[in-house]
Amino acid sequence: MIEHVVPVRVYYVIFGWLMALLVVTLVAAYLPLGGWGTLVAFTIATVKAVLILLYFMHVRYGSRLIWIAATAAFLWLGILLVLTLSDYEARGWTPASEMLRPDRPADIPPPPKL
Amino acid sequence: MPEEIADMPHEPALAEQFDDLHQQRFADTLGMWIFLATEVLLFGGIFAGYTVYRMAYPEAFTLASHHLSIPLGTINTAVLLGSSLMVALAVHAAQTGRSKVVGNMLAGALVLGTVFLGIKAVEYTTEWRHHLVPWMEGFNPGGAHPEWQRLYYVFYFIMTGTHAVHMIIGMAVLGVIAVKGWRGAYTAERYVTVEVAGLYWHFVDIVWVFLFPALYLIHVKQ
Repeated sequence: MIEHVVPVRVYYVIFGWLMALLVVTLVAAYLPLGGWGTLVAFTIATVKAVLILLYFMHVRYGSRLIWIAATAAFLWLGILLVLTLSDYEARGWTPASEMLRPDRPADIPPPPKL
Repeated sequence: MPEEIADMPHEPALAEQFDDLHQQRFADTLGMWIFLATEVLLFGGIFAGYTVYRMAYPEAFTLASHHLSIPLGTINTAVLLGSSLMVALAVHAAQTGRSKVVGNMLAGALVLGTVFLGIKAVEYTTEWRHHLVPWMEGFNPGGAHPEWQRLYYVFYFIMTGTHAVHMIIGMAVLGVIAVKGWRGAYTAERYVTVEVAGLYWHFVDIVWVFLFPALYLIHVKQ
C-alpha cells in the first residue's frame, strides 16, 4: 500500500513560488515600510514555511493525525510567543506598547541598559 | 504477511509489530513529526529570546545586522530551497521504485548543503576578521551601543550555529541514505526512510527561511 505519490510537477511549481517569494522578501526589505517591514518579512516567511509544510512535507496529502501533529508544534510555539510577548508588552518593552503608553508608570522599570 | 524467500538479502519490508505497510509507514512518519515538534520549540525558544531583545534594543540590533552580507544570505536561502526540492524529488524517486535516482537526488542536495556551509564559513571568517565574534578579545562592532550589538551577535552565532549543526547531522543522514539508494535499497514498498529523512531536512530549511529575515533584513541600509 503506497500513499498518494505527489506528481513531480507540483514540486517544481512550489519551488518556483518559493523562489518568487524570496525575491519579494528581498524587494520588500528595501522598500520604505518603516515599522511594518518586519511584519511583512515574517508574513512572507510564514507563507514559504506553509508551502514547504503542505507540499514538500506532504501534510496536504497525509492523514488528519499528521496534520494535528504539525499544527500542534506551531500552536505550542504560538503559546510561548503570545504569553512571553504579552508580558513584555505589559511592561512597555515592545515598540507597540511604547506608542500606546508614552508615560511609563513609575513602578514599571524600562528595559535594562547593559 | 508471508516471509521473504531465503535467498533475498533484505529482511521483510513489513516489521513484525505492524498490521500492514500503511500502518508502519504512518507510525514512522508520525514519530518524525513528534520529534520535529520538539525541534520547533527548540528553535522557537531561541527565536523568542531574540525577539524580546530585538524589541528592547532596536537601534543596536539594526546597526549590528548591517555587517551581515545580504547577498550571501539570499544565495544561502536559495541554495537551501533548492536542496529541499532535490530531497522532495528523492522521495518521489523512492516511491516510484527508482533507487539509484534517490542516490543522485540526495547527492545533489548534499552538494547544495556543502555550498551553504561553505558560504557560512566565509561569513563566519569575515565576521571573525572584523572583530564581530562576541566571545573573542577585541570585539568591536563600531557605532553606538556596542554591548547591545554584542547581544545581537551572540544570538546570530548561536542561532546560525545551531542551525548549521542540524544541517551537518542532516547531511550525514542523507549521505548514508544516498549510498543505500545507489545500492538499490529503496523500492515502492521501502521508501519511508527517505521520506522521514526528507521531513527532517525540510524542517531545517524552514528554520533558515525564518532565520534569514530575522537576522539579515532588519531595516536594511538603503
